[in-house]
Amino acid sequence: MIPTIPQSRPFRFAYSAYVVLFFVYLALPLFVVTVFAFNDSQFPSLPWEGFTWNWFFGDAAPMIGVFHERPILRAIGTSAFVGLAVSLLSVAVGVSNAFLFTRHKFPGRGLLYILMLLPLVIPGIVLGISMLVFSSTVANAVWDSMKWDLEVLRPGLTLVILGQFSFIATIATLVISARLQKFDQSLEEAALNLGATRLTAVRTITIPYLAPAMIGAFVVAFLMSFENFNTTLMLVGSDAPLTIAMFDRLKEGSTPLLNAVSLLLMLGSSCLALVMIAFQRRD
Amino acid sequence: MRDGTRLGFILLLTPLLLWLSLLIIIPHIDMFLVSLRERVGVGKYEISPANYLTFLQEPLYLWTFLRTAVMSVLATLITLVVAFPVAYYIAKMAKGRVRSLLFLLCLVPFWVSELVRTFGWMILLRETGVISSLLQYLGLVHGPVEMLYNDAAIMIGLVYTSMLFMVVPLITTLGSLDDAVIEAGYDLGGSGPSILREIVIPHAMPGIVSGCIVVFMLSLGNYLTPTMLGGKDSLWFTELIYSQFIVRFNWELGAAFGFVLLFLSSFIVWVMLRLTGQTLEKTMG
Repeated sequence: MIPTIPQSRPFRFAYSAYVVLFFVYLALPLFVVTVFAFNDSQFPSLPWEGFTWNWFFGDAAPMIGVFHERPILRAIGTSAFVGLAVSLLSVAVGVSNAFLFTRHKFPGRGLLYILMLLPLVIPGIVLGISMLVFSSTVANAVWDSMKWDLEVLRPGLTLVILGQFSFIATIATLVISARLQKFDQSLEEAALNLGATRLTAVRTITIPYLAPAMIGAFVVAFLMSFENFNTTLMLVGSDAPLTIAMFDRLKEGSTPLLNAVSLLLMLGSSCLALVMIAFQRRD
Repeated sequence: MRDGTRLGFILLLTPLLLWLSLLIIIPHIDMFLVSLRERVGVGKYEISPANYLTFLQEPLYLWTFLRTAVMSVLATLITLVVAFPVAYYIAKMAKGRVRSLLFLLCLVPFWVSELVRTFGWMILLRETGVISSLLQYLGLVHGPVEMLYNDAAIMIGLVYTSMLFMVVPLITTLGSLDDAVIEAGYDLGGSGPSILREIVIPHAMPGIVSGCIVVFMLSLGNYLTPTMLGGKDSLWFTELIYSQFIVRFNWELGAAFGFVLLFLSSFIVWVMLRLTGQTLEKTMG
């Protein structure tokens, strides 16, 4: 079953056919989503009524395109804002955790490391409700004792950001730690010998070395935040990020507008992913 | 420790402790406490296992829970069976450029949001959808066929959604298997199936375990796929949690459901790690 071992022709053919079929299966949903974004019809389904750009640029009912649909544009803005906030927080905490776990030996390190991994094995919806319950416990306690209404602890963007951060931080930590472990610490020692302070050494030697991993973690965090559904669903307030806004529309019935948004999403995330790969390659 | 290092250590430890305690540990403890509350009057609560008893006594809840668990296991097994030959092909049969290209192609669908993927399957499977139209065009069926809103549709969606998390760890572990070992197996008179059983699968075990854990968890905790692709009768446990929290506003029962879900997923992860002698650090890290 490796190229150096001869196999019968029918077997090789069947195997290759299976692999091709697998990739067709992977591509099929994305392909139809793309194609129907250009269908000149009210519904994303056959028959094909001809090619149109209206679901992107149309500005008159019934075919209002993405770029003229305010609620969708606002939702994209909200998602981008949440994504940036989550990525910044995650990368910052990720760098700090990476230094802690690779540079320090302390009692309880193993336990903390396992705790740090836990958010990955907690279902997203459970993360969401636990945060919802806890934040409202705190908000209610504050209200009962001091009569302050802490608006930030009610469902809304702050909670969405914290909820997504709570598990994306783990991923950022893993990505950044992996690179820090490969760092040759004698480089830092050389800087110290040459008279640099500890902080200068880290800033001028270690952080630039970590930069590709930090950018990688940032992009991954941004994509994960942008696409997150389960945790966000439980914590969302009146400002819906894109996935929630699209979900609400999809429940009411779909138009090719959703295909157009989906296509833009695909293009956007592919571009980001390519940027990330390019960065990793160059290094 | 010198004072400088000590200060640095504390500065590094603080964000980690804040994150884990305020966002993970305390919220889960609080959720557990809420799940143990029973409403006995207006604004009055007592500690009791009532919510857990409701879960055990109401057939719909228990049945949905079991159904979700069984279907998640099934989805995990199907994903493994579908992914293994492909991962093997990419890791062992393909070479150089082709290999990187195929690997990249596996990743592409997962840069796209789950919502878009589910939407794609809806366009394909529904009554007015592409597959139904195609079948009618080919004359294989008369009249539209509804392929959406049933368990098979959920299964297709779940397997699709979690494929990447199976393929990638499998490719990684299979890639580290030396060709010479397989050749040696053949030299010693092994056949294809026996080599698969004796050499390839044992070697790929860490990848199989971590893939299965992630896929199982993602399926169990999935909300979008069962909601969009499933029908009225194919209720998913996460949908119960959502409806208790957001629709019925019964947070106590919802929190109990959340805990039951968390317990099941942790338990299965623990069992799988135990059975195969792996640790969480090795599997995830």
